[in-house]
Amino acid sequence: MEITTTAYNRCDVIKMAGRVDTYTAPKLQEAMDELINDGHYNIVFDMAEVDFLSSKGLWVLTETQKKTRKHKGKLVLVHTNEKIRGSFELVGMGGYFDIFDDMTDAVGSF
Amino acid sequence: MQRNKKFPGRFESLEAISRFVKQAAEDAGLDEMQIYSVELAVDEACSNIIEHAYGAEGVGEIHCACIIEPDGLTIVIKDKGTPFNPDAVPDVNTTQPLEERRPGGAGVFLMRKVMDAVRYEFTADGNVLTMKKKK
Repeated sequence: MEITTTAYNRCDVIKMAGRVDTYTAPKLQEAMDELINDGHYNIVFDMAEVDFLSSKGLWVLTETQKKTRKHKGKLVLVHTNEKIRGSFELVGMGGYFDIFDDMTDAVGSF
Repeated sequence: MQRNKKFPGRFESLEAISRFVKQAAEDAGLDEMQIYSVELAVDEACSNIIEHAYGAEGVGEIHCACIIEPDGLTIVIKDKGTPFNPDAVPDVNTTQPLEERRPGGAGVFLMRKVMDAVRYEFTADGNVLTMKKKK
């Protein structure tokens, strides 16, 4: 499981592959916190290669969104598959995030 | 047809547990969304066992049985930890604003939502969770 961060002019893109579960979610939280602690509050999470997201993963994204909004930033999601989107909707977290199908649109939203 | 497997009660077991139930769900003839529902419910259940029933990693094992039936798949998960009653966990308030959200409860809520039946038994021999996903 690898997490990469790429800096753009107006935002940073975090990409992770595989599962976000109780085992791996802390590593994603760490990567998100690192950006926020460095003063980067506009974040795109590229989920193209995320094939599973448990409630722990949902919570990492929700916590990160709270932190970015405190600094007038935001976390947006891109390439989120339909199954994972279903989980967001079931727990009522879908409205917390802008979800894009296209990376250019996601990066361009800042 | 029934398949059984034991896993160490550690978070790194979650991926192997997921693969085990995914294969059974595929063999039971569930569709892609139903298979994901089974993976999600089992992952949430096993995370709760490690976190709440055993209270830490490496304390005990998780026994997982997959029963392939004509109308779907039944999963039976057993542990020997402290009885943890998810029925006592209140439902998630799905209309809550982001700032008011607090952690916890979403896993149990998701299990109830995505499975057709969820039943808990606390026996002298341990905790038994039975979940059913119909085709």
